[in-house]
Formats: sequence, C-alpha cells, structure tokens
Amino acid sequence: MTRLATTFAQPRPALVAFLTAGDGDTSANLDALVEGGADVIELGMPFTDPMADGPAIQNANIRSLARGTKTAEVFAIARAFRARHPGTPLVLMGYANPMVRRGPEWFASAAHEAGVDGVICVDLAPEEHEDLGPALNDKGIALIRLATPTTDEARLPAVLDGAGGFLYYVSVAGITGKQQAVLASIEQAIERLRRFTDLPLAVGFGVRTPEQAAAIARVADGVVVGSAFVELVEQHGAAAPEHLRHLAGQLSHAIHNARKLAA
Amino acid sequence: MTDQPNSFRNQPDERGHFGPYGGRYVAETLMPLVLELDREYRAAKADPAFTTQFEDLLEHYVGRPSPLYYAERLTERLRADAPDNMGAQIWFKRDELNHTGAHKINNCIGQILLAIRMGKTRIIAETGAGQHGVATATVCARFGLPCVIYMGATDVARQQPNVFRMKLLGAEVIPVTSGAATLKDAMNEGLRDWVANVHDTFYIIGTAAGPHPYPEMVRDFQSVIGKEAREQMLGRTGRLPDLLVAAIGGGSNAIGLFHPFLDDSEVAMLGVEAAGHGLDKQHAASLAGGFPGILHGNKTYLLQDDDGQIAEAHSISAGLDYPGIGPEHAWLKETGRVEYTAITDTEALDAFQLLCRTEGIIPALEPSHAIAALVKCARDMPQEAIILANLCGRGDKDIFTVAEALGVEM
Repeated sequence: MTRLATTFAQPRPALVAFLTAGDGDTSANLDALVEGGADVIELGMPFTDPMADGPAIQNANIRSLARGTKTAEVFAIARAFRARHPGTPLVLMGYANPMVRRGPEWFASAAHEAGVDGVICVDLAPEEHEDLGPALNDKGIALIRLATPTTDEARLPAVLDGAGGFLYYVSVAGITGKQQAVLASIEQAIERLRRFTDLPLAVGFGVRTPEQAAAIARVADGVVVGSAFVELVEQHGAAAPEHLRHLAGQLSHAIHNARKLAA
Repeated sequence: MTDQPNSFRNQPDERGHFGPYGGRYVAETLMPLVLELDREYRAAKADPAFTTQFEDLLEHYVGRPSPLYYAERLTERLRADAPDNMGAQIWFKRDELNHTGAHKINNCIGQILLAIRMGKTRIIAETGAGQHGVATATVCARFGLPCVIYMGATDVARQQPNVFRMKLLGAEVIPVTSGAATLKDAMNEGLRDWVANVHDTFYIIGTAAGPHPYPEMVRDFQSVIGKEAREQMLGRTGRLPDLLVAAIGGGSNAIGLFHPFLDDSEVAMLGVEAAGHGLDKQHAASLAGGFPGILHGNKTYLLQDDDGQIAEAHSISAGLDYPGIGPEHAWLKETGRVEYTAITDTEALDAFQLLCRTEGIIPALEPSHAIAALVKCARDMPQEAIILANLCGRGDKDIFTVAEALGVEM
C-alpha cells in the first residue's frame, strides 16, 4: 500500500497540514506539524502568481521567493523530510508553470527521488491532464484532483478520471484562507462525492479552528488546514515550531476523535 | 475558407488549443463556468440577433467603421531618407477614433452582450494602461451593470486620467499592490474575485489570452478591425496590403487586424513587442525573450526564469507591460505565418513624436511601437508597396508619461 493509502486506511480521519516551502525554517516547521499529530504534509511550491490563494498564502509565496527559494530547494526540503519521516505522506501543492518548466518527466523524476507521494496542481484542469498526469503516474505518484461546489454531477466523472491519492474537496467557491463553508453544504457535498468515488475525501479552504475541523471530520476522511499554519509562520518566525506544534495538536486531537465524540 | 485543413484561420480546436498553445488552465472552481461560457459563446455566434445587436452598437455607439487613412506626409518623410524609388506607402487603420479612444471597446461590446445573455449581473475586469478598464466601465454604464476594475497600483499612479475616467463612468477601481503592481497582478486579482463570485459575475478579459474560449472570442470580436480594413483597402486601392504591422502586449489589436488576412499569402505580417530598456535588459517581449509556459489560464510564451517563476515585464507603455502573449500569436510565430520584432521605449517615443508632427495625430504609446517598426521596414520596400498599421489607440492618456520621459515639466 502507498503511504497515502495506509494513512487513510486508519479508522480515524486525518489532519492534512499545509506550509509553503522556503517560508521560514521549513524543515523545523514540518517536524513540528508531524509532532503535533499531522497525518499528511502538503508542501507548497512557491510561485510568483498564486492566483487561487488568499493574502496569507500569497504573502508566504512572496516571502519564500524573496529569500531566493528555488525548485531545487523545495525538493531538498522534501527529500530531507522523507529521510526523517519515512511513513508520513508528503504531497506537493502548487501551480502548473513551475511543475512543467523543465518538462513533466523531469518534475516527476525529481518528485519521485525526493519521496513525494502525491501532487496537487491547482491550475491543471482535468482537460489538460496530459501535461503532467501521465509522467506522474509513470513514477507512481498520485495526481490529486480537486472538486469544488461548482463541480456538478455531470462533470464529476471527468474530475475523477485519473484522480489518485485522495480527492480534495474545496469547500467554498473562492480563494484560500477566507470564508468558511456552511457545515450542511459540506455534508451534502461529501455524501454526493461518495456516490461517485471510493477515494478518501479531504476537505479544505477556510478551516482554522479545532471546532470546525471536528465538525468536518465527522463526515470527511481528512481535513486540510493551510492558512492558519502559514499565518503562525509569518507571526512567529524562528519561534514558529512551538506554535505550529500546539495548533496541530489541537486540530489533530479534534479530528482524530471527532467520530468517537459524535457517536 | 476556414474549413480548409491548411488554413491559418481554423484555430483553435474544440479544446481551445492553437497547436500546442492555449487550452484551459484554471482552478476547478472556474472550469464549469469556463465550459458554460464556451457553450454560450457558440450559441451567441450562431444567433443572428446577437450579431445584429453587436454590429448595431459598433456602428452607432462605437462609431465604426473606423477610417482607413493614407498617411501621405509620413510616407513622404520616410521616402526622404530612403533609397531611390523606395519607401512604401503608409496607411493606418484609425481605431484610435473609436468611442473611448482605442480598439478595446470592440471586445467589450461583444463580451457585455454575452454577459447579459448569460444572466450575469456584475462585471469585473483587469486593466493595464486603463484603456480596457475605461472601455469596460463604459459598456457597464451603457447597460447599467455594476463594474469593478482591478488595476496595478503602479499603473494607477502612471495612468491617473484613465483612473478618473473609470470613476466618472461609475466603476469601482481597486488598486492591486501584490507583485510589481502592474497588469499581471491585476489579472491575478481579477481571477481571485471571479473564483469567489462565479454565480453572478462575468469577467471581461481585455486581451486575446486567458482560458479558452477567451482568446478565440476576443479575436473574433476584434476581427472587425481586419475585416473592415481588408474591404476598405480593396475598395480604395483595388489590392491587398503588402505588410500589416501591429503592436502586441497580449495581442488583441494585432490578432484583430491579422486574422482576416491570414489566408492571403501575399500579405506579410509583423507583430511588434515592447523591448523596453532593451532585449538584454528589462522588457516585455515574451516571444523574443520568453519560453512556453502556463499562466492566467493558457499555455503560451512567458517571461520566466529557469524555475518557471514569472518575470516582471517592463515597457514605457502600460498596455504592453505584460510578461505573456495571446496563445494564437505563439502559434503564428512557430508556424512562421507572422513575424515578430521588438521596439524599445526610446524608439517608441521617437515614433510617437514623428506621428504627432507629420500627421497631426497623437498616438498612444502602444501603437507607437508599431509605427517605429514600420519606419524601419518602409525604406526597404518599393514605393508602390503598401504597409497597413493598426493605430489602435490615441495618446491623450500618455501625454504625462511622454512629458516625463522627455524631461518636460507640465
């Protein structure tokens, strides 16, 4: 079984934690997330034009690039993470251009060698799958697709065709870190998605507190938290790890026990 | 003849690909809307009532057809420096005489009619020089729809007259401070607004770029330029021009002029990018100095580094100050059907002044790049040859920029 499959095969829902690579001491920050109980790490590849992101992650991208983060450093962070945490799934998340710049085969090989389990490419629509999907699949890396409130039932099969790892449900039509979805709408969406796929379902966008995370974890297989962690890195700099560990601890506790408490 | 397999006029394919370029590279939230837009655009194109309304507004509101003008004094001036019997005739398609002062309005009329047809109640747009913002604000006022314009804070500072025009027309202008605070960043912010407001909002993209069907749709709406010019030129001279010249930022005025002529093999075409401070320095010439990549919904040539990070463009002309180019131009470059060159800020400023003094026309800095390029071509072409350039905007908006560049206090 792949690392992602093993993680989602556990009886409890997963905390999927996002940070932007190269913003702060990323290795120390990622370790803190894992220590706090994060089950899956999403490592953001910085990009000059993160058009699906809100201010928190936009600024993290700008800070990282201003420090001179190169693609090679993102892979170095991933490779070192894999060496320290052999069992924790690691997913790269980013935009298409940095991923295809040297060709999809180069990217897939580099990701494979760095121990990356999955890739989320925000602006690679299923319609343009050929640009990256086959190269990733050849290397056994899952291309993780996104479904949104605007993805209707007629379109879902196209989104799911070629999807791997887990399905990322973007719970609000909008950018990262802003509004929160109404819980009832998430429950409806999850129910609908389960009729179409056996992939694990992770829900993200706008999730910040243990209470929100727990509510989502009652129905979903994973909860994605990004902007709240990224903001801690911005606020606390070198002291970020302890804050990240604390928030990851609260979130993972809430998520891991959500179904027990509900029962 | 668009169904001939060897035609240059039958792009894109149904997925929006111009050869390897174009396509639909957007977040999933936008994909269903982009697909719906494509369906609605096909339906509108096939609906004679839509075409009738579009053409009626172009005639009576925009003031089309725009004149085709023989620039006699500029022609003579260039012949004075040319070898004997050399020095082509210079003709201009006068799209700077349109309502709002540039070609941008053609596309805005088409897109707002489509927005209304789709039941959208709110309009957003990005703008660089402000011409597209003004044109969008204009059609929103004309049709009574609320309008939000995203404009880089740098551009807001250097294009104050257009910012005030947009406000007079009732638009809300939102300065964008991310990145270099120019057109690219305004487009990012436009996409962020759109993704959060897909249910009621129509994004009027101003150039022939973005996710399919925008490059095709904007081209089609702007093709009125080339269709008129072709007919006018045949009527006036009984022949087609030898060379078409147009400036290119995203490339909407150029593709609008070129497209109706693409299968006229005797007509050569030259697209003119902005070389800024020079191609070895900071510039905005994506074809000359860029590589294929993915940004803002399409695959095309981009100014970028080895890691795929997008570079900041520079041009004295805010309308050309963009690190990408419409995907059809990328394809036309690779097929060799259109040639592309680049003109520096300094050369454009010289051409700007040349046209002012020889023809009594103050051009925008964008077409000043085309004028600078045609000056170089004309002396090597015989006197009976015809160069047709698109005078795609008037220069009123640029007088402060030009004054500053020339060291004049106003």
